[in-house]
Amino acid sequence: MTGPIIKLDGVHKSYGEVDVLKGIDLDIAEGEFLTLLGPSGCGKTTLLRIIAGFEEVTDGVCLISGRDMAGVPANKRPTNMVFQSYAVFPHLTVAQNVAFGLRRSKLGKAEKAAKVEEALGMVGLGGYGARAAHALSGGQRQRVALARALILEPTVLLLDEPLSALDRKLREQMQSELRRLQRQVGITFILVTHDQEEALIMSDRIAVMFGGRIAQLAPPQELYRRPRTLDVARFIGVMNVLPGEVKEKGPAGIEVRVDGLGRARIEPEQAPSGARIGTGWAGIRPETMSVLFAGEQTDRSVAEGEVAEVTYYGDMTYYDVILDGTDRPLTISMKNLIGREVLERGARTRVSWDARSIVWFGEEAV
Amino acid sequence: MAFWQSRSETTKGYATVAPPLLYAFFLLAVPLGAVLVLSFWSQEFQTIDRTFTLANYREALSDPLYRLLLWRSVKIAGATTIVTVLLAFPIAYFVSFHVPPHKKSLWIFLITIPFWTSYLIRVFLWKVILGYGGVLNSALMGLGVIDEPMTFLLYNANSVVITLAHAFAPFAILPIFVSLEKIDRSLLEASRDLGESTAMTFLRVTLPLAAPGVIAAILIVFIPTVGDYVTPRLVGGPDGTMIANMIQVQFLQLSNAPLGSALAVLAMLTVTVVALIVSLGIGRLVRAPK
Amino acid sequence: MRGLKLYAIGYLIFLYAPIALLPLFAFNDGTVIAFPLQGFTWKWFAGLATTPALHDAVINSLLIAVTSAILATLLGICAARANARYRFPFKTGILGFIMVPLVLPEIIVGVSLLVVIANIFSMRLSLWTVVLGHTLICMPFAIAILNSAFDNLDASLEEAAVDLGETPWNTFRLVTLPLVMPGIVSSLLISFTISLDEFIIAFFLTGAEPTMPVYIWAQLRFPQSLPIIMALGTILVALSIVLLTVAEIFRRRGLARAGVRDTGGFL
Ligand SMILES: Nc1ncnc2c1ncn2[C@@H]1O[C@H](COP(=O)(O)OP(=O)(O)OP(=O)(O)O)[C@@H](O)[C@H]1O
Ligand SMILES: [Mg+2]
Repeated sequence: MTGPIIKLDGVHKSYGEVDVLKGIDLDIAEGEFLTLLGPSGCGKTTLLRIIAGFEEVTDGVCLISGRDMAGVPANKRPTNMVFQSYAVFPHLTVAQNVAFGLRRSKLGKAEKAAKVEEALGMVGLGGYGARAAHALSGGQRQRVALARALILEPTVLLLDEPLSALDRKLREQMQSELRRLQRQVGITFILVTHDQEEALIMSDRIAVMFGGRIAQLAPPQELYRRPRTLDVARFIGVMNVLPGEVKEKGPAGIEVRVDGLGRARIEPEQAPSGARIGTGWAGIRPETMSVLFAGEQTDRSVAEGEVAEVTYYGDMTYYDVILDGTDRPLTISMKNLIGREVLERGARTRVSWDARSIVWFGEEAV
Repeated sequence: MAFWQSRSETTKGYATVAPPLLYAFFLLAVPLGAVLVLSFWSQEFQTIDRTFTLANYREALSDPLYRLLLWRSVKIAGATTIVTVLLAFPIAYFVSFHVPPHKKSLWIFLITIPFWTSYLIRVFLWKVILGYGGVLNSALMGLGVIDEPMTFLLYNANSVVITLAHAFAPFAILPIFVSLEKIDRSLLEASRDLGESTAMTFLRVTLPLAAPGVIAAILIVFIPTVGDYVTPRLVGGPDGTMIANMIQVQFLQLSNAPLGSALAVLAMLTVTVVALIVSLGIGRLVRAPK
Repeated sequence: MRGLKLYAIGYLIFLYAPIALLPLFAFNDGTVIAFPLQGFTWKWFAGLATTPALHDAVINSLLIAVTSAILATLLGICAARANARYRFPFKTGILGFIMVPLVLPEIIVGVSLLVVIANIFSMRLSLWTVVLGHTLICMPFAIAILNSAFDNLDASLEEAAVDLGETPWNTFRLVTLPLVMPGIVSSLLISFTISLDEFIIAFFLTGAEPTMPVYIWAQLRFPQSLPIIMALGTILVALSIVLLTVAEIFRRRGLARAGVRDTGGFL
């Protein structure tokens, strides 16, 4: 087991008065696919450019393979970048683009050409070498940018929102292709995106950033099931947030009362370690709750309420239900199975949920 | 290497802009300053007397000839500007709104070509066209439109205006064209959609949005024409000479550089004042809510 | 919109009227520049070949134009680069100041340079003093052209080159320069054309060796030289059309390379 391939320690970055990064600590393992996820302006690109060497840290250190990168310019770093605009050189052919970084290598002409063809093949552009770069489509440019970076076998490949300019179909295709490619070459990938779905699909781990800080760093499943803060919970998928209160505390978890849902036991990993007796917020995902249809039986917890809004998505229906005794609607998602009716707005209904899926956030401000 | 990387953006910016900035400083700011200083000195034959004096300005402002020339320069340049911009606007409008996009560059190209061909010869040819026995007169007489040659065409302010309007045409067309091009066409559709006629749409939407281009056109025509030398000399006659001709005479013929400098400073001042009035005045006029 | 189109055509006729006359008089077998024409002749063009003073003036002008174009373009590259890449205090003011010669009456530029050169430094007027003035007035045009070339250059292209291991200098050489080259060529051509045709500054700043426009100016006083000047003008017009066409082709190629929609025209 070697150390992290990239180690960021207390990285701060400010432009004049504006603090863009406020203390980033991050260890990235070799061969990992890590995603930086966060809303626009949270500092993802800045962090990526610090690793690439295009920005200098105001404070803190950045180590790559254990080596301090302070003062090492971008062209001397073992990283390569796929730019958001792809930055494919328009005055060169596809092959010249891919071979751009090989100019200083000692390989012979034929070897270089073979490498280029291999790299192009890897991204599905075999035989495109002679094409003029400015005549490529967006998706093809993206592949050229990938091949051009990968051919140098960087220690880390940095990708800044590489898929955001593609249409939906192509984006989905490239997501799985990128993932496959990363496994194949075994290079560490750091991907920047603001698309939570993309992050969940592709990553080994996701670092969720808000306002220049990493709010949570975790694998996709953990991030989805046990978001540590309300911000993270709301950014990843949909989370119903309800006021509640911790009634009891013990080694096997806490006992809470949640508005509308009543009392529930919460496992230790579903709550912050220092949860205290007192008021706070509970969260529950729409798909862990169900609308019960007439006569349906369940052994899960049940409450009654009124359907305030119905949103039909084809495969799913989302219900906003106001439980009796509460005033804020809960979102509940239901699969549209054959024979299952879609409720009308204003209908009375029973609702059930799995108490184990409740997450406790403590006293965080909403 | 590290040196290049670590210098701040500001330093790099200054380092990059330094050569043209220094060049403009030493060959523009310093000479203009020198003219200003010189205008407060005096000259006897070849020797310059460096005691401060306002005599040049007193002479320039009290001698009716200089006053006349200065005033005439402003009038001719003003007339030229109005004529040029009025003639240019429809062309810019035509190219921007009625020429298919792929042909626009060709039109702009056609409009700019005459501008790049020898200025002196072009001005001279206007003399040939407008003269007593010139092309225009012989053509019109040949057609029987007039019986005897028109004499009001050459060697007066008219000929200067015509010639300058020709020489500065692209300077007026291009800025107006650029500002018309920037107008989002859906704004015009929106105006029509909201019930305005084509004419009112033009007045209430197109024209105000084109105002920056028109202001630029006015300034870019007016400023150089005030100081034009060649045209008044060739086609202006005694009633068409302007301040630039007098500046040249003071410097190169009468060897009175201080008085020439004072005239140059006054010309620049006039230009600046007029430019400010135009840009502020028109700007306000357009933005004023009805 | 027929009216507008007719007006446009009329306006083009107005623009081209003087130039259209040039070849008529250049090939006219008569010493008076007036109608009616006298018949066809090449003799004025032949006369050009046997006027040594003109040859000297042309050579002077060419030397000045080439030098000024190179200097103005080099300075323009610096300004356009600073404009496109860096933020620094007073940037708008500084760049605005550099563009001032564009809106200054040329006589003022000529006079003020003359004051500095002759009255203050007591330097002898020469071709070099003209170069100084011409570089100054060509620079804003060069900047205007180069600005659009540098603005259209995506900053991440240069970053990509550095990221792929090139040094800043090699990045400039391998990526920046090729991409702005069309702009550079058209800046050189435009500056060259402006300098070649510039009269008033040259009039103030030439010493014993006249430039071509200064020579033409002197000849305009002598009716017997006029037909030869017409011949010279015809050649100049043909030449500038060729130069401008080349410049325009380069400009468009530059836009195409940067993948930008054509918005038309210099300036
Ligand atoms: N050179 C700069 N000077 C000043 N502020 C900057 C600079 N670069 C970035 N910023 C600011 O830093 C903040 C973070 O920028 P960054 O580009 O890292 O955001 P991001 O998370 O990548 O956002 P997006 O998803 O929109 O790309 C933004 O508020 C931005 O305005
Ligand atoms: Mg970003």
